[in-house]
Amino acid sequence: MPTTAPPAHALADVTASDSTLRRFLHGLPGVDTVGLEARATSLGTRSIKTTAKAYAIDLAISMVDLTTLEGADTPGKVRALGAKAVHPDPTDRTAPTTAAVCVYPDMVAVAKEAVAGSGVKVASVATAFPAGRAALDVKLADVRDAVAAGADEIDMVIDRGAFLAGKYLKVYDEIVAVKEACGTSARLKVIFETGELSTYDNIRRASWLGMIAGADFIKTSTGKVAVNATPANTLLMLEAVRDFRAQTGIQVGVKPAGGIRTSKDAIKFLVLVNETAGQDWLDNHWFRFGASSLLNDLLMQRQKLATGRYSGPDYVTVD
Amino acid sequence: MAPVSASAFEYAPAPESRSVVDIASSYGLFIDGEFTDATGGKVFKTVSPSTEEVLSEVAEASEEDVDRAVKAARKAFEKWSALPGAERAKYLFRIARIIQERSRELAVLETLDNGKPIKETRDADLPLVAAHFFYYAGWADKLDHAGFGADPRPLGVAGQVIPWNFPLLMLAWKIAPALATGNTVVLKPAETTPLSALFFADICRQAGLPKGVVNIVTGDGRTGAALVAHPDVNKVAFTGSTAVGKAIARTVAGTRKKLTLELGGKGANIVFDDAPIDQAVEGIVNGIFFNQGQVCCAGSRLIVQESIQDELLDALKRRLSTLRLGDPLDKNTDIGAINSAEQLARITALADAGEAEGAERWSPACELPDTGYWFAPTLFTNVTQAHTIAREEIFGPVLSVLSFRTPDEAVAKANNTQYGLSAGIWSEKGSRILAVASKLRAGVVWSNTFNKFDPTSPFGGYKESGFGREGGRHGLEAYLDV
Amino acid sequence: MSDARLSVFKTYKLYVGGKFPRSESGRVYEVTDPKNNWLANAPLSSRKDARDAVVAARKAFGGWSGATAYNRGQVLYRVAEMLEGRREQFVREVAEAEGLSKSKAAAVVDAAIDRWVWYAGWTDKIAQVVGGANPVAGPFFNLSSPEPTGVVAVLAPQDSSFLGLVSVLAPVIATGNTAVVIASEKAPLPALSLAEVLATSDVPGGVVNILSGRPSEIAPSLAAHQDVNAIDLAGADEELAKELEIAAADNLKRVLRPQTVDFTQTPGIERLTAFLETKTVWHTTGALGASGSSY
Repeated sequence: MPTTAPPAHALADVTASDSTLRRFLHGLPGVDTVGLEARATSLGTRSIKTTAKAYAIDLAISMVDLTTLEGADTPGKVRALGAKAVHPDPTDRTAPTTAAVCVYPDMVAVAKEAVAGSGVKVASVATAFPAGRAALDVKLADVRDAVAAGADEIDMVIDRGAFLAGKYLKVYDEIVAVKEACGTSARLKVIFETGELSTYDNIRRASWLGMIAGADFIKTSTGKVAVNATPANTLLMLEAVRDFRAQTGIQVGVKPAGGIRTSKDAIKFLVLVNETAGQDWLDNHWFRFGASSLLNDLLMQRQKLATGRYSGPDYVTVD
Repeated sequence: MAPVSASAFEYAPAPESRSVVDIASSYGLFIDGEFTDATGGKVFKTVSPSTEEVLSEVAEASEEDVDRAVKAARKAFEKWSALPGAERAKYLFRIARIIQERSRELAVLETLDNGKPIKETRDADLPLVAAHFFYYAGWADKLDHAGFGADPRPLGVAGQVIPWNFPLLMLAWKIAPALATGNTVVLKPAETTPLSALFFADICRQAGLPKGVVNIVTGDGRTGAALVAHPDVNKVAFTGSTAVGKAIARTVAGTRKKLTLELGGKGANIVFDDAPIDQAVEGIVNGIFFNQGQVCCAGSRLIVQESIQDELLDALKRRLSTLRLGDPLDKNTDIGAINSAEQLARITALADAGEAEGAERWSPACELPDTGYWFAPTLFTNVTQAHTIAREEIFGPVLSVLSFRTPDEAVAKANNTQYGLSAGIWSEKGSRILAVASKLRAGVVWSNTFNKFDPTSPFGGYKESGFGREGGRHGLEAYLDV
Repeated sequence: MSDARLSVFKTYKLYVGGKFPRSESGRVYEVTDPKNNWLANAPLSSRKDARDAVVAARKAFGGWSGATAYNRGQVLYRVAEMLEGRREQFVREVAEAEGLSKSKAAAVVDAAIDRWVWYAGWTDKIAQVVGGANPVAGPFFNLSSPEPTGVVAVLAPQDSSFLGLVSVLAPVIATGNTAVVIASEKAPLPALSLAEVLATSDVPGGVVNILSGRPSEIAPSLAAHQDVNAIDLAGADEELAKELEIAAADNLKRVLRPQTVDFTQTPGIERLTAFLETKTVWHTTGALGASGSSY
C-alpha cells in the first residue's frame, strides 16, 4: 500500500519508512509508571472550591461529548440526547450547552437535526468502531458516510493489533487515510484504546504517532473495554500534546472517554489540563470528555452551587 | 498565591480549618507525666513562620530541668524495660492509633508551627508518623528474632534532640524504636517547632503510657547540650546539622554513651539522557522543593547529562512556574514558608553567594507574601563543583544544576562531597541504575523516584552525613546494647 | 641457639602500599621481650608514614571493595594457608613477644589462623545476614545492603600482639574496607611479620598497611585525618581513646571504642558490622501497565 503523503511539519520525515518511524517512537522518553501515577494522584488532591468550582463545572459541561453508542440506539433516543445537549438543565437556561453529541454514523443525520442551530457539534464514531477490525476500504466508507451525513467530528479507532505487532506505519497510513476522508469539514479524533495498548510507553508512542498523522484530537478509549480514561493516561496524553506543540507549533486536543462519572472526577481532569498542557487547552475546542452520566452529576453540582441545596436525580433529565 | 501567569482557571482559596486545633497560650515541660514550669520560669515564644503570629509561649528548660527529666526517665526505666515486650507493643499501638485519630489536628498544628504546606503534613508527615509507631510497636515483643542475639537489652535513658523540619516525624523516628526496645526517653524538640512534641505528650497521657517513659524538654541549643552531656544518659540520638553533630560527638567522646547522628547532606540527583523525562522533572521538584528544600536528604544538586540539559531545564522551568507558593494552610499550596528568620537569612546569604560567584540564578515569577519568612523556588545554572552552592548544604528551595558527560563523571561528581546521605538516579536502563547505585557513596539511593520514606526502610548517611540507621530492623540497633 | 653459627637478624620494616619501607623519619626503637631482652629494632613510624599509609589504603579501596565477596574470601583463606606454613616462625615470635611458653604461643597462633578462616567464610554471608528487602508500603522494590565504610585506622591491641591483631584486622578487610594498622607498641614484631604473609597471600597492596611505633604519636593524626573513615580504638588506653574520639569527630569517623575482649573466644559479627554502612536503594516498580495491577 502506498504511503500517503504525510502532513507538512517538523516531524514529517520520521514517517519515511517503518524503521524510521519505529526509531522515532522508540526514541521518545520512557514513562515511569510509578512516577506518572503519583503525579496524577497528586494533582487529584487539588481542592477546587467556590468560584473555581463554578468555573470548572461550567467548563466541564461545555466540554462534554454527550455520548450514546448502543446497539439499541433509535432516532428517539438520539433526539432526546440532542435536546439535552442543547439545554442540559431544563430548569436553568444559563447552563452551557455541551460540546457535542457523539453517535454511530447511521444516527448522524438525526443528531444533526436535533442540535441544529445550537452550536453543538455532532461527532460520529467510525472505522468499524469499537474493534476497528475491518478492511481499510470499509473503514473509509464508514467515515465518508458519517461525513456525508454532516458529522462535524469523526472519532476513529486505531488498529491496535497492528500497533502491538509493531506495524506503526500501517497504523499511521490508516490515520492519514481517514484524515483525508474527513476532508476539511470534520475534525478527526483518534482513539487509541489505551486499555489495550497496555503500557504507558505505548500510549506515549501512540499519541505521537496519531499527532504526526494529523489527528486533531487524541482520545483515550472507546468506553467499551475494562480500562478507559484514567487520570494517569490522560496526563500522559496531555504531556504529549504539550510537547508536540512545542516541537511543531501544532496544537492537538485531548479527549478522555469512558469511566468519568462525577463532577469531582471531571474537575480533577481539568486540573490535569490546567497544570500540564496549560490554559490554552481549557476550552472545548481542545479538550473534551467522552461521557454520558457525567453530565447529570455536573448539573446537580451546578444546581447545588446556585441554590445552596443538594440536588437529586429527579431534578435533572434521564437520558 | 497562584502562579503569576494567570490562568482562567484560578483556584479559589481552600484553607484547611484552623479550628480543629486548640493551642494553649503557654506550655510547660513534660516531665514524669506532668506539665511543669521551667525552674526559674524562663519561657520563649513560638511563632507561625507564615504570618509571624505568636502561637504560644513555651518553657525553656534549664540544666536543672534536664536533670529532673533524666531522673524521671531513669526511674521509669526499671519498670518499663522489665515490662513484657507484648505490653510495650500495645502502648505503642495505642499511640499509633491515637495519632491516626488526631491526624487532622496534628497536621494543622504542624503546618502552623513549621510553615510547611498542609498538603505535606496531611499526606506525608502524619501518615508516616503513625506508620512508624505501628511498625516499631510490632517489634517490641519480637526482639529475640531481630538478629541481635537472644534477649537483647535496652540501653537505658535515651537523650534525643530533633530538628524543626519534620518535627513530629523526627519525634516518631526517635521515640518509637526507643520505647519498643525498652528504653525511656528525654526528647528535646527544636526551638522553633516545639508544639507537636507537646501535643504528643498529651497523646502519651491518652494512651496511658507510664509516667516518666517519655519526657519532653523544650528549649534551645543549650537545653540540647545539657541533655547530651548529662552523665546519666545512656544513648544520644541527634538529627540536625553536621556542625552540631560533630560537637555532640566530641561531647560523648570517652563515655559509654551510644551515639547515632543523622546530619546534613548535599544529595545528587543524576539524570541520564535515557531518563523518563516527565517523571524526572517531578522527581527533581519533589527532591528540592518538598518541605521548601529544608530536608537533609534533599536532591539539592541536579547532575544532568549534557546532551539533554537544555531540554530538561526548559521542562523544569515550565514546571516550576506552576508551583503555588503561599498560605501553608491552603490545600493547594505547594510551597510554604521558610521555618524561621534565621534560616531565611542563611538561605538568602548562600543564594547571594551563588550569584556572586557567577552562577546564573532563575526563579519563576512568584509573589511573596508581605509577612512571614518566604523564599521563592530558585534554580542555579552554570554551577561547577567549585561553587559554594554546589558544596554547602543550603537547606532551602535552591537547586544547583551541574552537568556531566559520562556515567563515571556523574558518579565522581555525585560523590565529591563531604556528605553521603542521599542520591537519585534517573534512567530507563536497569543495568545502569544498578551499576551507578552501587558506586554512589550515599545511605539512601532513589532510582526513578526521590524523597520516599517508609518505616521499614533504613535511613541514614555515609561520611559526614552521620552514622547509624533509623527505620527498619536496622533502626533497632541504635537502642539495643549490642 | 647454636654457638656454632651466628644467626642472621631480620630487619623489621613497615608495610605500606604492598611495599616494605623503613620509616621516612629514619627512626627505630628497641623492642624487647617481657624480660627486657632485646629482640629487634622496629621502625618508629612518623605522622608522615601514617599519611603515606592512608594514601595507599585509599588507593586500594576501590579495587578491594569492588572485588567480589567470594574473591575476598579466597584471599583471606589464602592468608590462613600461608600462616599455617609459617606456623613455627609465628609461634616463636609470639612466644618471645608475649613471654609465652611454646605451647601457649602455639595455641595463640592456631587460634589466629582459625580466625582468618572464620572471617574468610564471612565475606559472602554478612550481606545476607544484615541486608535484605524492606517491605515498603508502595510500588517500590527496596533493598538494603551493607557496604564497607572505607579506610579504617586500627589501633591493634597492646597485649595480644598477634591473635588480637588478627581479630581486629580480619573483620575490617573481610567486608572490603582497607586498613591502616598501628601494631602493639611494645610487641610489634608479629604484626610486622604478618605483613610478609599478607604480601604473599594475594592481598592487594595497600589493603592492609602496618605501622609500628608510638600510638600516642601517630594515632592522633590518623584520628584527625579527613580521608580516614573509621577508627578502631582497641589498642588505646582510656585517655588516648578519649582524645582520639574527639579528634575523630572532625569528619565524623565511625568509632569503635576500646572494650574488654577475650580473643580466644569465637567472635560475633560486631567487629564486621562496626565498619559497614547500610545503603538502601529504592526502585520503582509497576511497569506492567494497563493490564497490570497498578494501572
